[in-house]
Amino acid sequence: MDALAVARWQFAITTVYHFFFVPLTLGLAILVAIMETIYVRTGDEMYKRMTKFWGKLFLINFAMGVVTGIVMEFQFGMNWSEYARYVGDVFGAPLAIEALMAFFLESTFLGIWIFGWDRLPKGVHAGVMWLVAIGSNLSALWILVANSWMQHPVGYAVENGRAVMTDFWALISNHYVWHQFPHVIFAGISTAGFFVLGISAYHLYKRSSGQEVWRRSFQIATVYALIGAVLVGLVGHSQAQQVHKDQPMKFAAAEALWETEAPASLSLLTIGDLSGTKEVFSIRLPYAMSLLTCNNLTCEVRGMNELQAEFEATYGPGDYRPPIPIAYWSFRGMLTAGLLMILVALPALYLVLRGKLDPAPRAIRLLLLAIPLPYLANTSGWILAEVGRQPWIVYGLLFTENGVSTIVGAGTVLFSLLTFALIYGGLMVIDVYLLTKYARRGLSGGKEAPALTMAPEAE
Amino acid sequence: MDLNVVWFALVAVLVIGFFLLEGFDYGVGILLPFLGKDDTDRRVIINTIGPFWDGNEVWVIAAGGAIFAAFPNWYATMFSGFYLALMLMLLALIVRGVGFEFRSKDRHPTWRKVWDWMIFVGSLVPALLWGVAFANIIHGVPIDADMQYVGNFGTLLNPYALSGGLATLSAFTLHGAVFLSLKTKGDIMERAHRAAAWLWLPTVVLVLGFVLFSVFATDMFTRLGVNPGAVPWGAGVALLVAGWFIRQRRHGWAFIMTSLTIALSAITVAMGLYPRVMVSSLNPAWSLTIYNAASGPYTLQVMTIVALIFVPIVLIYQGWSYWIFRQRIGREDTLEY
Repeated sequence: MDALAVARWQFAITTVYHFFFVPLTLGLAILVAIMETIYVRTGDEMYKRMTKFWGKLFLINFAMGVVTGIVMEFQFGMNWSEYARYVGDVFGAPLAIEALMAFFLESTFLGIWIFGWDRLPKGVHAGVMWLVAIGSNLSALWILVANSWMQHPVGYAVENGRAVMTDFWALISNHYVWHQFPHVIFAGISTAGFFVLGISAYHLYKRSSGQEVWRRSFQIATVYALIGAVLVGLVGHSQAQQVHKDQPMKFAAAEALWETEAPASLSLLTIGDLSGTKEVFSIRLPYAMSLLTCNNLTCEVRGMNELQAEFEATYGPGDYRPPIPIAYWSFRGMLTAGLLMILVALPALYLVLRGKLDPAPRAIRLLLLAIPLPYLANTSGWILAEVGRQPWIVYGLLFTENGVSTIVGAGTVLFSLLTFALIYGGLMVIDVYLLTKYARRGLSGGKEAPALTMAPEAE
Repeated sequence: MDLNVVWFALVAVLVIGFFLLEGFDYGVGILLPFLGKDDTDRRVIINTIGPFWDGNEVWVIAAGGAIFAAFPNWYATMFSGFYLALMLMLLALIVRGVGFEFRSKDRHPTWRKVWDWMIFVGSLVPALLWGVAFANIIHGVPIDADMQYVGNFGTLLNPYALSGGLATLSAFTLHGAVFLSLKTKGDIMERAHRAAAWLWLPTVVLVLGFVLFSVFATDMFTRLGVNPGAVPWGAGVALLVAGWFIRQRRHGWAFIMTSLTIALSAITVAMGLYPRVMVSSLNPAWSLTIYNAASGPYTLQVMTIVALIFVPIVLIYQGWSYWIFRQRIGREDTLEY
């Protein structure tokens, strides 16, 4: 294994791991802020208990997002120093702005929120949670401004062998940002929605104390999850059409389309050969891909073979196809999970509208099983975005292999990869243990427990 | 004054903010196993920094981001060159961060004990390593003509750098002890006070040792002159006066003095370094400077506007958070962590 391969594995593992926690933070911050706002407006203590319960789970998840996020910032310099030299002028700016504008905001106000229950007026305390939610989601915006520049570089010039920013506004108004950002925000909303829905369903089924809290949580989360799931799909559809224009190779790989077609058929199931570069077997739906790609039945969708030839003519010899099976299956993983999310949310909406939560039917506990769906979609979505861009680290500008640190040996990176894998594995076990424990415990007998626990615990 | 200079100053401001704030956080984490007699004590100690530690840690993330944006070559050379040291730092920051959040979320004594030691190690390692890192930057590390670090992990562990590490470790621990004296009450405050009084002399010795070492190991004082000026003297005087205030039990003033010591020492290092950002021990011409490591003027302009707007805002709301939680904490208070 060379340093490049190990560095890529480390980036893949640490990114996927980090993004395992981020969407829940994004969506749950808003949801907790909404719950606390209802509490302030109605004065109903039930909403305070609700806010505190979900706030607790939010905090356990948040801590993991923070500590794994620092690794990401350092990693660009540690493993990808040549990338950092090449793009720092452009790419460093959104990262720095993220810290100054967003991360300071969410971290500082989260501290105030945790410790400020008895020190701040109710309305101010709820406002503080909104600032946490704004900070988290602004943080996502700036990270996605940076990532969108890697996907679709704009507002730069290449001078003395490195990229130099020429138009900051172009970075922000990059249309890639305005697909990725809402896509991630709605992904966060649906992740939080199904998280709250599943756990509320569990407590409704278990007849845990504080049924009113679980019923209301269930109602709010149903609407929230459904909004998230539908909008993430709509934005995703528009984003895919954009990717078709910006990164046709990623699009063709995700659809396993080797030859250019007009009208283009949609692959329902494609099996490639063992190298993953040749089609062996495929079930296809005629016209469907033209329809999905450009809203008419006949448009042309270019295949990988034609694009490969075109890229070689433009950028010189090389293989410009991403790992096709990963692109194809991650896309399908995301789509399947997304569609299932909508299918699961609809019966929940039916229960809510029909007022059938009291008593809750047995089948409701199945909603617990829907919690992993958004996680599957989030993870496969990012894998598609990043793997599908290969062999580029900055699309059309810099190859991944030219971004890796030249002075760091494979053994060093491997040591770091294994260490992180070990620590991250252990932390995952601990985090899931704590989340499960607090999620199951519920409201601690329904009385107003001090922050539900942090005080000497009453099990 | 061009924007490269402004950004050198801004990075210095962010690093100083980080040392001042995370400095006492590290100190509190280091003192945790020694000053907490039982679990409630330890929770009180952690709760003194509970509302702040996360916001404080962002200062270093902001400094890292600022270096990346304004001086990409500095960022690339330092982060790839100091690889294993930074990896250790990351591991420390990870276990420390989740330690605060997780330690009181389970009642099992072993669970809590393990996290407390994680917090201890996670505070000790960075408190030492930041000193090692900055001492190496000013001392010089092997950087070749292509701005690449050509040493290894062992290169960084030279006696001078370790002396720098001990200086920051002791200064942060003292800073933390004074902070705890200021933020706790009862027996815990008494113990924190005694720790501060006890730590003062070793800190003076270790910091002074580092300063003397610097005279021989770096060109800092040849550059600053025989009389290096008010800033380094101020740092020294503040450290001495801090000892007097600690003995007088005037912890507010003592805290101001340890803060001044840390800030003025950092400014001294920045003055000795300027306009370089990383010294090459192979050839002075290969040192990274605020010019050869920098982004273009356009990016620096954009970032200057952003920083001038947001740094003051951050200062205001972080100041507000310190104001909200200004009271001392004791065993009878509600403990969130």
